[in-house]
Amino acid sequence: MNLSSQLRPALTIFVLLTALTGVLYPAAVTGIAQGVFPNQANGSVISKDGRAVGSGLIGQNFTEPRYFWGRPSATGPMPYNGAGSGGSNLGPTNPALFDAVKTRVAALKAADPGNTAPVPVDLVTASGSGLDPDISPEAAAYQIGRIAKARNLSIPQVEALVAANTTGKQWGFLGEARVNVLKLNLALDALGK
Amino acid sequence: MNTNAVMQLALYLAVLLVLAWPLSGYITRVMRGEHLGPTRLLAPVERLFYKLAGVDAGRETGWKSYAVGLVLFNLTGVVAVYALQRLQGVLPLNPQGFGTISPDSSFNTAISFVANTNWQGYAGESTMSYLTQMLGLSVQNFLSAATGIAVVIALIRGFARKSLETIGNVWADLTRVTLYVLVPLSLVVAVLLVGQGVIQNFRPYTEVQTVQATVYQTARLDAHGAPVNGADGKPLMVDTAATTQTLPMGPVASQEAIKMLGTNGGGFFNANSAHPYENPTPLSNFIEMLAIFLIPAALCFVFGRMVGDKRQGWAVLAAMTVLFVAAYGVTVWAELAGNPALQHAGAASSLNMEGKETRFGIVASSLFATITTAASCGAVNAMHDSFTPLGGMVPMALMQLGEVVFGGVGSGLYGMLVYAILAVFIAGLMVGRTPEYLGKKIESFEMKMTAIAILATPILVLAGTAIAVSVSAGQAGVLNPQAHGFSEILYAFSSAANNNGSAFAGLSANTPFYNVMLGLAMWFGRFAIIVPVLAMAGSLAGKQRLAVTAGTLPTHGPLFVVLLIGAVLLVGALNFIPGLALGPIVEHLQMIG
Repeated sequence: MNLSSQLRPALTIFVLLTALTGVLYPAAVTGIAQGVFPNQANGSVISKDGRAVGSGLIGQNFTEPRYFWGRPSATGPMPYNGAGSGGSNLGPTNPALFDAVKTRVAALKAADPGNTAPVPVDLVTASGSGLDPDISPEAAAYQIGRIAKARNLSIPQVEALVAANTTGKQWGFLGEARVNVLKLNLALDALGK
Repeated sequence: MNTNAVMQLALYLAVLLVLAWPLSGYITRVMRGEHLGPTRLLAPVERLFYKLAGVDAGRETGWKSYAVGLVLFNLTGVVAVYALQRLQGVLPLNPQGFGTISPDSSFNTAISFVANTNWQGYAGESTMSYLTQMLGLSVQNFLSAATGIAVVIALIRGFARKSLETIGNVWADLTRVTLYVLVPLSLVVAVLLVGQGVIQNFRPYTEVQTVQATVYQTARLDAHGAPVNGADGKPLMVDTAATTQTLPMGPVASQEAIKMLGTNGGGFFNANSAHPYENPTPLSNFIEMLAIFLIPAALCFVFGRMVGDKRQGWAVLAAMTVLFVAAYGVTVWAELAGNPALQHAGAASSLNMEGKETRFGIVASSLFATITTAASCGAVNAMHDSFTPLGGMVPMALMQLGEVVFGGVGSGLYGMLVYAILAVFIAGLMVGRTPEYLGKKIESFEMKMTAIAILATPILVLAGTAIAVSVSAGQAGVLNPQAHGFSEILYAFSSAANNNGSAFAGLSANTPFYNVMLGLAMWFGRFAIIVPVLAMAGSLAGKQRLAVTAGTLPTHGPLFVVLLIGAVLLVGALNFIPGLALGPIVEHLQMIG
């Protein structure tokens, strides 16, 4: 064993494997991805009237009563900051978590005073990424009355749109059922009211 | 556990076994230097590598030469990743124009990715150029995984061989496992992930016009750009409206695939696998979870095949699986029971959705958390810091057990085989016989190496935590108050020293103190085990293989599985129950009390 005799293979093999895994491999993946799945590979961007209005995978911030609201987002400086993903990291016994949930419950109730249904938990807890595009079907159902009132729509009209933007568990058992908030709100706006 | 929780687990384990078994046959033959099927096409590449490096792949070496080569190779990686971060401002493929990374953060990240830890003090989408991600971090995802597999193959050769001085050729092992195993598997997984929506491009970040403007508060600045303070001494805030959103871009899928397959875990984005561009659907989540355990499970079978007794591999896998299923049960139970505070604050239920994504929910998040910490992956699809006290204790405890429940690629199995040696040693003491494992006598040298390998990480974790809680630089990083704050620090050192990389991410660890402390913990947590394991491989290879007699303890049956689980739990409990009592257990009592 001697150190200098190991130096040449260490450096050479390192450089060659770097070229293989750091240049050729990502280039190959990019080539296949752009050829076979160009839409997904470039971010599943949604366009309206020829203009990019968002991504089907990345949530946006909604606070107006006439839109469905998504999960609370802990990103800074503004919620749903695509350039800075992250969660709140508040621990379960942190008083700040209790206060935040309480404030969000109050905001939901203030926006829809007549609604006495219990507030679904995903609507008042911050997501892991801060960019969660989805809410649970229960969280959508909770908001239907408010949306219908704000837009002068009938409850069944809004329910139909929610159903159209709901995805079941994948293959019937993977993950959870969910409603894509951005797509749902774009569908609402498309009704023209 | 509810039905959904049981079903997702059962399906996961079934698919895992179906994939791991054939892969193990393939890996076994590749590591023997055989070329099969389409891999023949890559053989000229392999030969070219050896030619350029001046390597004779047929010439094997003893353990010292193997270890020196491996450490040199990994040190080269540290230098390369460090340099890339320091120079990224002037290098190409940096469309966002990110500047140079600080020396302490670069040091930490370089060690982190070389040591297969992938602890991240930085936020990927706002600091790292595409070039750094691709040519530095992603490359180390491959090479650290190859290092782990090479070490375990060398150790298995030590068991399988009789009276030989050599344990393999380090350059051939590294090249073969990367070229024939890691790259092809990653290519398949990456393409599957893109199909689900993981991005893969080199475009600059995209601005989109949002449906609704977002009003948020920022500090008011004076003409020189400095914040203006109000009469109360606090900065004055003004409303700002954002009408656009930035969509991050980059070569994500290629990195995501090897991040899972190599049990690395370092996210392209800050939110890691919770980010919709890294993990967009429940199916992508399932693929990522499979990719984490795939190679660690297959290596158990490789072990059985190489030592000529497949039951030996099944026994080790059985011990890992029992521990894993038990851990998952506790996590999913704790997260479903949830946090009573949520209900008290007015929510409909106590289900702990804080820090979790809607598409994964409680079950798939708990399963992912258990898998990623049982293996030394450390990717997260939910924020562990916001788990319930017991739900967050399980990931922490799995790391503290030494990452041997499946564990890292290679490192999990060599860690578990060290425990197997400890188990036969304890059994030998009980019945008064010289312990042997797979026909090899376990003697003083092996036990010394075992002791070093088993005690290295607990010392790093406990000493590191003790120092951090005692100095102000350590206390300064904590986000959550009281017991949970202590848990954040204990989790950080458990993660670093055991090369996991996940975090209770409320801890602000991108400071010189934590970057240096955790950097050292990661390096020694990796190589203070690898070197003794290789030494043991060398010593074992030189021994006779004794014939099985009536007095031999069988190491393939349920009795041995129980003994092995007992050894792992005993060492873990003795080292970490006091620490866990001060953190998650106290917090649990506070939460329900």
